[in-house]
Amino acid sequence: MATKHSRASARIMISPAVILLLGWMLIPLSMTLYFSFLRYNLLMPGMEEFTGLTNYKYFLTDPAFFAALTNTILLVCGVLLVTVIGGVFLALLLDQPFFGQGIVRILVIAPFFVMPTVSALVWKNMFMNPVNGLFAHLFKFFGLEPFDFLAQAPLASIIGIVSWQWLPFATLILLTAFQSLDQEQLEASEMDGAPWIKRFWFIMLPHLSRAITVVILIQTIFLLSVFAEILVTTNGGPGTASTNLTYLIYMQSLLQFDVGGGSAGGVVAIILANIVAIFLMRMIGKNLDA
Amino acid sequence: MGRITLDKVSKAFGDVEVIPPLDLTIEDGEFVVFVGPSGCGKSTLLRLIAGLEDVSGGEIRINGQDATQTPPAKRGLAMVFQSYALYPHMSVRKNIAFPMRMAGMPKDEQDRRIEAAAKALNLTDYLDRRPGQLSGGQRQRVAIGRAIVREPDAFLFDEPLSNLDAALRVGMRLEISELHKRLTTTMVYVTHDQVEAMTMADKIVVLQAGRIEQVGSPMELYRSPRNVFVAGFIGSPKMNLLTGPEADKHSATTIGIRPEHIAISSDAGAWKGTVGVSEHLGSDTFFHVTVEGFHDPLTVRASGEVALYYGDTIYLTPDLAHLHRFDAQGLRIA
Ligand SMILES: Nc1ncnc2c1ncn2[C@@H]1O[C@H](COP(=O)(O)OP(=O)(O)O)[C@@H](O)[C@H]1O
Ligand SMILES: [Mg+2]
Repeated sequence: MATKHSRASARIMISPAVILLLGWMLIPLSMTLYFSFLRYNLLMPGMEEFTGLTNYKYFLTDPAFFAALTNTILLVCGVLLVTVIGGVFLALLLDQPFFGQGIVRILVIAPFFVMPTVSALVWKNMFMNPVNGLFAHLFKFFGLEPFDFLAQAPLASIIGIVSWQWLPFATLILLTAFQSLDQEQLEASEMDGAPWIKRFWFIMLPHLSRAITVVILIQTIFLLSVFAEILVTTNGGPGTASTNLTYLIYMQSLLQFDVGGGSAGGVVAIILANIVAIFLMRMIGKNLDA
Repeated sequence: MGRITLDKVSKAFGDVEVIPPLDLTIEDGEFVVFVGPSGCGKSTLLRLIAGLEDVSGGEIRINGQDATQTPPAKRGLAMVFQSYALYPHMSVRKNIAFPMRMAGMPKDEQDRRIEAAAKALNLTDYLDRRPGQLSGGQRQRVAIGRAIVREPDAFLFDEPLSNLDAALRVGMRLEISELHKRLTTTMVYVTHDQVEAMTMADKIVVLQAGRIEQVGSPMELYRSPRNVFVAGFIGSPKMNLLTGPEADKHSATTIGIRPEHIAISSDAGAWKGTVGVSEHLGSDTFFHVTVEGFHDPLTVRASGEVALYYGDTIYLTPDLAHLHRFDAQGLRIA
């Protein structure tokens, strides 16, 4: 009933929610913007003064910024690559009928329920520890020198840990997509003479494209802000080898007590995230249209 | 060439035998229709021929060659599915080209065949659309086009018209029959609709619970159904089947008389009944008549307009030359 009257009352009814959400978003955003133009150091309280773009200048010219930018991109792309390819593969396997299917599916989804700090600690201490970790034992069993993952390949290790957390999500979404594939299409292509690999390429993969798009969009949003995994494993190091933008902002504002600089970093991060979002929607968002 | 022979072919899903051992020969160039009620195993039988299901026993020969273990793509058969099974992300042209592309056919030959098929099926204007942008009938034609370009030995159709509306169904029925006359390729067609079977088939195979009840031309099945099931299944409206004292009079367990073989009179006849609901089709009128002592109402056909109304008394006389008699096993008594 879209009468004028009902529309007006609908607006009034939802306005509290809209105002709340707007405030929720706008107040922190404007405060961040405001702080980013201040010289604001927690070690010198009461000395805040307006400094214009100085914070931005320092943040953007900091060599750590470019390292962090590269690391962020590598982290996001690396995890996307592993989870999408691994997710397609796992979904393909889980879609086959086999004994104990229900339990295996629950096991596959389990990592998603482990909180990031915990899973990163488990990986750090139980698997990647160069002395006591399972991988170290495995290396020693084969007579090899144990590999100190977090020191020698910090970013790759973090990509591995984060991928492990997100693989279940990708698998789950892709599995449901596989299950919605019309079996008659597969049979038709089989009769049309397509061997399995071509059926996968020409029929299954295009069918999955929409689900893959959803996985990429949602994961990108979360992967841009990976933090806990870095904090509990490498602390961004060695050097800046595993520092991403989120972690750099944290270091700036809470380790160096420079709220102004951190806020400037935050604004830069918001702008970059929006560029990525626009870019993604342009590139793959059309897959979401019916 | 497209001669398909089924030799003691059977199929079981787990413990459930859906198709008990069955023999059937489909001659080259024939239009064969599998007809039977829903769930009787028509699709399963078709899929066995196509190779989409493995047989549990017996042998399938195509053109005299044992094809029981041959993968579906190598059997030289093309199938049109009930859901059309078009590839939604490919244009009509790509859909039709797909089997040729898989076979590695040269591009110009592909194009030639696509053009020819599109022209024959009225699809020329739609070649660059996606299946989602087509109507049901057009999708159906794309599915047929995809089958034609392979130039198969035989076409397999699984209820291809069941997703279309009634008017379109009649049109497509004619188009498929035309196609068969033009290509003279073997066609195996599955339907649960006996009207489709009667109008299209050279040979009808009536199935029930996986068993073949009768094989024959439409008129053979109409004139001399082999058993009660076929008698009741073929013909529209259904044949009237009577048991009890009326059947005993003709020394049979069941007698059958088609609605068109009962004469109507307002003053005298073998059976006296009361007119119930009548269905006017213009050319014909069907009356449902309740006769004292009969379990079910009889359906009777009268040509054109007849001035009989609900509740009127009517006298019916069956044409004894067209009376079908069946024994206790339900088999026809010659
Ligand atoms: N994959 C399958 N697994 C188990 N039972 C099946 C399978 N496919 C078909 N059936 C059973 O076989 C019988 C015949 O099915 P079907 O050939 O599809 O019937 P129709 O096409 O004549 O309606 C049905 O009882 C159905 O439940
Ligand atoms: Mg069926």
